[in-house]
Amino acid sequence: MPDAPAPDGASFEDVPRPIVQSRTFGDRVFRGVSAGAAATCLLIMITTGVFLTWKAFPAISATGPVEFLTGDTWQPDDEAFGVGGLLVNTIMIALTALLIGVPIALGLALFINEYSPARMRPYLTGGVDLLAAIPSLIFGMWGLYALSEPLSGVAEWLASHLNAIPLFRLTEPDVSLTRSTFIAGFVVAIMITPVITSVSRDVMAQVPRVQCEGALGLGGSRWGMIRDVVLPFGKSGIVGSILLGFGRALGETIAVVLVIDLVFQPNLNILEQGSGSISALIATKFGEAQGLEINGLIAAGLALFIMTLIVNLIARAIVNRSKLTG
Amino acid sequence: MTVELERTDTIWLDEPVDAPPVDDAPVSGAAVDPVDDAPEPPAEDPDVPFRPSSFGPSDRLEMVLAAVSGLAFAWALCLVMDWSHPLTFAIWAIVWFVAGIYVTARARTSKVVAMDRLVTTLIWLSGAFAVAVLGWMIVFVLVEGIGGLVDDLPRGEWIARIGAVALMVAVVAVVRWRVGRREAQGSAGVVTRLLPRLVGSACAVGALVVLLSVINTEFFTSDIAEVGPLDEGGGIYHALIGTLEQITIATVISVPIAILTAIYLHEIKGRLAVPVRFIVDAMSGLPSIVAGLIVFTVWVNTGRGFSGASAGVALAIIMIPIVTRTAEEILRTIDDGLRESALALGAPQWRSVVQVVLPTARAGLITASILGVARAIGETAPVLLTAFGSAVTNYNPFSAPQADLPLFIWGLLREPNEAQIARAWSAAVVLLLLVLVLFITARVIGERGARKRTGR
Repeated sequence: MPDAPAPDGASFEDVPRPIVQSRTFGDRVFRGVSAGAAATCLLIMITTGVFLTWKAFPAISATGPVEFLTGDTWQPDDEAFGVGGLLVNTIMIALTALLIGVPIALGLALFINEYSPARMRPYLTGGVDLLAAIPSLIFGMWGLYALSEPLSGVAEWLASHLNAIPLFRLTEPDVSLTRSTFIAGFVVAIMITPVITSVSRDVMAQVPRVQCEGALGLGGSRWGMIRDVVLPFGKSGIVGSILLGFGRALGETIAVVLVIDLVFQPNLNILEQGSGSISALIATKFGEAQGLEINGLIAAGLALFIMTLIVNLIARAIVNRSKLTG
Repeated sequence: MTVELERTDTIWLDEPVDAPPVDDAPVSGAAVDPVDDAPEPPAEDPDVPFRPSSFGPSDRLEMVLAAVSGLAFAWALCLVMDWSHPLTFAIWAIVWFVAGIYVTARARTSKVVAMDRLVTTLIWLSGAFAVAVLGWMIVFVLVEGIGGLVDDLPRGEWIARIGAVALMVAVVAVVRWRVGRREAQGSAGVVTRLLPRLVGSACAVGALVVLLSVINTEFFTSDIAEVGPLDEGGGIYHALIGTLEQITIATVISVPIAILTAIYLHEIKGRLAVPVRFIVDAMSGLPSIVAGLIVFTVWVNTGRGFSGASAGVALAIIMIPIVTRTAEEILRTIDDGLRESALALGAPQWRSVVQVVLPTARAGLITASILGVARAIGETAPVLLTAFGSAVTNYNPFSAPQADLPLFIWGLLREPNEAQIARAWSAAVVLLLLVLVLFITARVIGERGARKRTGR
């Protein structure tokens, strides 16, 4: 019910009075059980952090923490576990994914919010949600069997036409262009699109419509309205959604494993064969790992855990703040 | 009204209980509902803004001309420069098309309009790209994998069966259309009402039977323990059993925890609410392989070995944040008036939650759980580290490695021969269809629930 002004002109707010009551036995049980469930979530994350650190310790101390974070050799027999190159490759895949995915995702978000006919809107949001629900394994298979071929053509084209950009250069003229960072990045880009689209769409949908209509009413074009009202309003939410997509891209496993060849050296020529990610390392080496190598894999997992945790918490903080101020 | 709270589901929402007559209510017409006088928000959009159409015939002509000139330009350029790559052609065509739209609009109107048209074109292109990619992927998987799911029949049989199904579907469609029109006219006797329905249902059942009859039953009822890599036959029975058991375990663990956590976050708002929301956020960004790694570290690697149950726990860790966040959103949509009226009637908080809030939110909570299941069912990385996969049927989820659908696909993809990869594709179709069915079910239930909650 909307607020109705009181007869004397002063408006009263519809806020419930705080209820002071002694809690019944049932209430105390109910609160206890819910708090227990909530505490389980805390417990899971704390266990994760503690156990991973504990089990990672032997491998990290055998290699040395600096060597672990900067090295690019993985020799379980020599107790050398360096994930530095893999960290670089992980980030390269995620950045490639952002480079391709962000324009598509933001374009899609604006398309759904501002451009698409109203009748199509539920189907488009449904499609975006569906894209988020499709298993990463299926993305990987699609990337491997349907995309590799055409995308290596794209890579060839980029290498021959845009090699002014250092990223697109090749070390040798006839190096293989399949199973590269670029192809993995493209697949991951499609996978993070729904994340970025749905979060940024939510934020941009909170723009006060009055301001949008005002901008249009003043004679602004639709692009002018988006540029001057929607984007400034949703700026921090958009940045947050991109960071969320980045976090998702860092941790992506199966799709990446299927489309790349794992190498431990940092590879900055994104079109060339050979790439890697921490999660791909765990998934590939896990089957035959024994002894200290298992600790090494757990250490790599810990590095991934911390990296994604930081990115995600920053992203969430930005998104939540933009929703509060909005 | 009695003080006893009853599960009345929606009575407070869509049927205003006889309110006392308002004195200055307009008495025009029959039985005006007092609530209707209040300026309540209309059904769909509070204010659908009027947009004058800014895309006229001349704009359409410009667009067609730009497209034609883009194609022609790219073709000429490729001919002159001797480029043969289709991608080069496509890129130049799109660039020239977009530039053409900008230039013509710039020449005819103004810079502002031209810029607007340029951005509109780019945004439509990105929307089309996303839709095309989703469609391409689904069609690609279906085309690659459908062959292994159906019986090997001669061509004539296929044509006959497809024709029969098409005929029956057509009959059902016609019947539905006719019945809908009859009912709209309101003129239907018993025979005219019942006969088309009977025919329609018979045809629907018939179409289903024909469709089911072509399914390759062996694929669903056998495992691949004794099937050599190059042999015919074999199936996903062991993987289906594993998926069923692991998902059941994951659901039984995660749904109660997630819904109670959501209740804690939104109904109780206790002291832990801030750290718990923080942690749930962190969990929802947890890479799925880390969820598997933690169960592996704590449970599997401490001498207990791979098992389906540990995979269930890993999947539960993935499901908890998804279900919690969705469930909290659902609880947020429930009107505070409901909770307060329950409290005002003297109900303790737990009765208000159990008998008022949860029944109202039921459909939404089911949707949240199904979406969680849909997400967990396709996860490969966590189950790889916990259930490991197996070629034999293992009914016991508490000991020994167990297969499931993603692991089945994953294992076969790494084998270098066509027959195994074809099996992987067929299993991928099953997995994709499972996810699609779960997803659509969740949406249908969710939409019905939302209609019920808001009384529309």
